[in-house]
Amino acid sequence: MSAPVTRVPSYQRRIGVFWWVHKRSYFLFVMRELSSIFVAWFVVYLLMFVAAVAGGQQRYDEFLDRATSPLLLVVNAVGLAFLVLHTVTWFALTPKAMVLRLGGRRVPGTAMLAAQYVALAVVSAFIYWLVVKA
Amino acid sequence: MSEGATTAAHDVLLVGGGAAGLRAAIAIAETRPDLDVAVVSKVYPMRSHTVSAEGGAAGVMADDDSIEEHIYDTISGSDWLGDQDAIEAFVNEAPRELLQLEHWGCPWSRQDDGRIAVRAFGGMKKMRTWFAADKTGFHMLHALFQTSLKYRAVKRYDESFVTRLLVDEGRVYGVVSVELATGRIRAITAKAVVLATGGCGKVFPFTTNANINTGDGMALAYRAGAPLKDMEFVQYHPTGLPFTGILITEATRAEGGWLLNKDGYRYLQDYDLGTPTDKPTLRSMELGPRDRLSQAFVHEVEKGRTTDSPWGPIVHLDLRHLGAKLIDTKLPMVRELCLQYERIDPVTDLIPVRPVVHYMMGGVHTDIDGRAGLDGLYAAGETACVSINGANRLGSNSLPECLVFGARAGRAAAEDAAAAPAPPAAIAAQVSDETRRLEHLLARDTPLDDGVARIREELQTTMEDAAGIYRTGPSLEKGADTFQALRERVGAVGVRDTSPSFNTELVAALELENLIDIGECILRSGLAREESRGAHQRTDFPKRDDERFLVHHTVRRDHDGNPSVDRLPVTITRWPPGERTYGR
Amino acid sequence: MDDSIAMQVTRYRPDKNSQPVPVDYEVPLRTEWTVLDGLNHIKAEQDETLSFRWSCRMGICGSCGMNVNGEPRLTCATFLSDYAPGPVRVEPLANFPVVKDLIVDITDFMEKLPRVKPWIIRDDDVTEIDGEYIQTPEELEAYQQFSMCINCMLCYAACPVYGLDPDFVGPAAIALAERYDLDSRDRGSRERLDVLIEKEGVWGCTFVGECTSVCPKHVDPAGAIQRYKLKAAQESVKAFLLPKALRR
Repeated sequence: MSAPVTRVPSYQRRIGVFWWVHKRSYFLFVMRELSSIFVAWFVVYLLMFVAAVAGGQQRYDEFLDRATSPLLLVVNAVGLAFLVLHTVTWFALTPKAMVLRLGGRRVPGTAMLAAQYVALAVVSAFIYWLVVKA
Repeated sequence: MSEGATTAAHDVLLVGGGAAGLRAAIAIAETRPDLDVAVVSKVYPMRSHTVSAEGGAAGVMADDDSIEEHIYDTISGSDWLGDQDAIEAFVNEAPRELLQLEHWGCPWSRQDDGRIAVRAFGGMKKMRTWFAADKTGFHMLHALFQTSLKYRAVKRYDESFVTRLLVDEGRVYGVVSVELATGRIRAITAKAVVLATGGCGKVFPFTTNANINTGDGMALAYRAGAPLKDMEFVQYHPTGLPFTGILITEATRAEGGWLLNKDGYRYLQDYDLGTPTDKPTLRSMELGPRDRLSQAFVHEVEKGRTTDSPWGPIVHLDLRHLGAKLIDTKLPMVRELCLQYERIDPVTDLIPVRPVVHYMMGGVHTDIDGRAGLDGLYAAGETACVSINGANRLGSNSLPECLVFGARAGRAAAEDAAAAPAPPAAIAAQVSDETRRLEHLLARDTPLDDGVARIREELQTTMEDAAGIYRTGPSLEKGADTFQALRERVGAVGVRDTSPSFNTELVAALELENLIDIGECILRSGLAREESRGAHQRTDFPKRDDERFLVHHTVRRDHDGNPSVDRLPVTITRWPPGERTYGR
Repeated sequence: MDDSIAMQVTRYRPDKNSQPVPVDYEVPLRTEWTVLDGLNHIKAEQDETLSFRWSCRMGICGSCGMNVNGEPRLTCATFLSDYAPGPVRVEPLANFPVVKDLIVDITDFMEKLPRVKPWIIRDDDVTEIDGEYIQTPEELEAYQQFSMCINCMLCYAACPVYGLDPDFVGPAAIALAERYDLDSRDRGSRERLDVLIEKEGVWGCTFVGECTSVCPKHVDPAGAIQRYKLKAAQESVKAFLLPKALRR
């Protein structure tokens, strides 16, 4: 079914640049979006780390040396915090975005959540073993 | 609004976008895709009042049920005033229509094996009411509306208010409408017009009906010269919430709820409705018909056995013994409504209820294909009176009525449109007349001490006093006299809002004209019926009188603009009039 | 409790105002009165020209959505006493063009809705109906929540993405697409995905989550959108990895 399109005269309200400061939920949302800059930095930093390792002992030492600068420490700490936050919220979202069925029954959200943390722990343990022990 | 009317032309025009209107639209789109169909509705279709229906839709489905039994329940429920040929057609076609809705996605509640579930309902001897929890109307309307979107050829005029039918020499050629958003007046011509605008609960002050239920289609037909039928039969639903009038579905009682007076006593046992049992008994006690239950309430008030509330006397609906689980799965909306509007929880608290105007058994007189009293005019749903409901409608018969007779009217209108003549030139003059009338209404000053809201309120109180659950000759007379004065005041009222766009004050003024016409028809038909039958109870004539009144009343506007009441035989085929018995 | 409460109502009359302006009214404060009752009191007793939509007054028709103190609400289900001592600020729903006073233009949604094909799509074209499609209570439950949408537009008013980019299909329409996708009777998910995988489809959503928190019927459009993103992502991966012949 279709409605005949007749444009209705109306008043178009403008959305101000600072629309997100008036409401707590919008503010938190924009903050979360901004936090992705830190997350992106964290990824770049990780790549730099890998490059340094590949570049030999001297470059690795230089990398470690720079890593102790207060500015980098703060930036990385903030980055890590946001990364943890995003991991937690992403995990929390999974049961909403996915409906898993096992044997015809819906897997409860808590079980999916738990499975993700278990998987995270296993992968972390493996990487720890890879880096430190092997 | 001054630039005059624009025009549009279609083959079939449906006025109203609720269950009946949409079902008709789809029926036409499916059977006659060559026809140009349009729906004009004063609200967006998914806002139509079908959305508020809660309990369910009756259709014979269960193995232990039969067509014969549904027919008998409906006839005895109607107090033998329903036309038996119409009831037979209705009962036969209802299951197929409900299945069709299932195929269109309606989320009917199911049994464990995945088949359709049915529940008990008032006045029904078998479980045959299909339901989608307690939001049946909502789900049916949205399934119909969303399915209708498939048919891109069906045009829609959303939020357009129809003010007049265009009629020449006994044939309808279209309508005049106001497009609310712009105020543009538009003549829409059509070879056939189907009225499906719902009921007229707003004639009364305390009603379950939505704000939009102002009897528009009935008034349009009446003013165009088509007869209305059985207008004296107004259904009071026994369980409305005080103050708001919000409906608490009959399904509460079908699931086992009890009605208690102030002493905690299941008072219905005192009114020839059977003896109380723990589990609900079909056609007994709380599962009696609505007219009898509402009348019992009045007697409880007279005996001083009701509780006083700021909004008049109330009794209580007790669901506590049903438990939270059943209430949440079968009656979630009831819990939602009670928590929100009464701040009580039916799981632990009693629900205060009182009878409330719910449904109009009468309406535009039609045959079983929806044909109304003018060529090219059709009606279906609550707007129409076929009649399957007679003097009292059974709960859960109205939703399938919209489907069965919506589809029938749609198909008949389509056939008619294929052969209809083109609109004559005389129509143009009517369009100009109507445009002038509307412009005049906008330009006219309203007396400072009067207004639409005030007159409407007085009209509603007049109706309640004159034509409530119990009526008398003098009460109806007095009401009719008051209407004379109200009519003069309506004639003097103008609209203060001068802007063409979304002029809700203009709409309210036009709706008031509809309400006053319908109110007067109710009073006049009620005066003429000197007996008590179904929902029409005259204390001065307390008995049913088949000798004189086993007839329909039609009411038509005479040359002086006054309602004139006539009689029409009731179609009796296989079920001779008998005694209505419940609980025994 | 005070006897009355101040209501600050946004008025916009195209023939009188160049832009919306707040106007102050005083209405009786009664426990059982909703914001809608307050507006009706103003219209009946103080100013007949005040315009707003309403119908069922029981939270099911979806007509009376407005912004109340900045939050999108159904005014028939929002009580004045919850805002005492006031004032209660009533504005037209955010993100929509204003036609008059508290009435907004929702034509945009009405045009978008059919695009997501919110109806049952089947491979078999049944013309004669001889029985119901079997659907177990569990299968019903799978989509039930998404079938509760009353099209009240509160989610669109709460969604900053829709406010900034009116091309975004929006929460309610996507939730309804998901409602039919999850219906065991339906076979149309592929067709709907083709629509929603586009730029204005699910990818517009940045998961603010406000649509879900304002929904008066607990539909959870945000959840529906995230599910669609997953479906769309799987589809893209499939398209990237599999040769054309193997894709479904």
